[in-house]
Amino acid sequence: MHDKENATRALVDRIKELNVEMRVMHVCGTHQDTIVKNGLEELLKRAGIEIIQGPGCPVCVTTTKEIEEAIALARDGKTLATFGDMMRVPGEKCSLMDARAEGCDVRVVYSVEDCLKIATNEKKEVVFMAIGFETTAPSTAYVLGSEPPENFSVLSCHRLIPPAMSALLRMGEVRIDGFIDPGHVSTIIGMKPYESVTEEYKIPQVIAGFEAYDVLLACYMLALQFKNRTSKVENEYKRAVRHDGNDTALKLINEVFKKRTEKWRGFPEIENSVLAPRECDHDARRIYEDALEDIKSREFVEPEGCRCGDVLRGIIKSWDCPLFGKACRPDKPVGPCMVSREGSCNISFRHGLLTKGA
Amino acid sequence: MCLAIPGRVISLEGDRAKVDFGGVRREINISLVDASIGDYVIVHAGFAIELLDQGEAEKTLELIREIAMAG
Repeated sequence: MHDKENATRALVDRIKELNVEMRVMHVCGTHQDTIVKNGLEELLKRAGIEIIQGPGCPVCVTTTKEIEEAIALARDGKTLATFGDMMRVPGEKCSLMDARAEGCDVRVVYSVEDCLKIATNEKKEVVFMAIGFETTAPSTAYVLGSEPPENFSVLSCHRLIPPAMSALLRMGEVRIDGFIDPGHVSTIIGMKPYESVTEEYKIPQVIAGFEAYDVLLACYMLALQFKNRTSKVENEYKRAVRHDGNDTALKLINEVFKKRTEKWRGFPEIENSVLAPRECDHDARRIYEDALEDIKSREFVEPEGCRCGDVLRGIIKSWDCPLFGKACRPDKPVGPCMVSREGSCNISFRHGLLTKGA
Repeated sequence: MCLAIPGRVISLEGDRAKVDFGGVRREINISLVDASIGDYVIVHAGFAIELLDQGEAEKTLELIREIAMAG
């Protein structure tokens, strides 16, 4: 679009003309980045739409227990590989980065295939801590389904977004009048899983891309639904998302993984929301059951004063947390939302939003 | 984590493809999509997860123009 600024202004004007007062939640760190980077939060607020971020950062919703499992495996002599964002998230007493400083073999990989290469070339016991939503799960499924070497295993922390959306609506702590659905998760799952959510809770949803105009058009579509009292799932990101999603990827996920009911950070157990390998051959939790025994039955608490759980449920914004920008900063994060580049607190800090409306 | 970026397929060999991301080329896994040379793909964590449809991209921009003009 040649005249992006005009299009942005025009879309905001059209939303304003609809004269709605609504709260829209998105569940994607990349959407949060688009929104904050382009100053859309304030523009939309003036047009009647309050944007709240939900549990859209996979690193952030990974639990302390899962981080402790990874640290325990690294301390037990395994090579532990994961995505860079995961390294500095504090566990109960330390992070994977700290474990590496202790002498553990902890590596950062870009892709599960990099981890597979380590296992193939080095013959060590290699564990991939698999983080990510439906966008990332197919790559792990692909590798697990391609007869990986015996010394390769997966500590699966893959999570599914629609069950978390249902959980938020069921819990009813926050008013949500519509969802901006995550574009890249949707390339895999398509529209159907959201349609079940809308059927049950009568909530408008729009799948959106990641340009400023994508988010604004999605908000306009949501405002129209809200005004007309309709609730359906619409697709703004048609250039990448088909109605039925990516069939190859979905088949792989279903063949390799089964769904489990587990906790998310900030959430109680969410039914059928976490993916675990069906087969035990490469499932780190079953292969290394002994090393993980102590952790299995333990409950872990959030770091003192940390309100990441409330941020992830959309109850507060980053700047409402008393630690934000003070005790908790990207160089010494207390909670995961300040670590991950998709975390709400990290994004707000990077873009200088230390106080509301700044 | 769910960060995914578009790139153009330069060459294909089995389940691997060389993809150009605005000048930076990288080998990725293409097995989740049915891509041809010249296609734009969305790449996440080393895997192409979907093809980009240029026609649909233009339709979205056209829709925005229509809405913008309606004011």
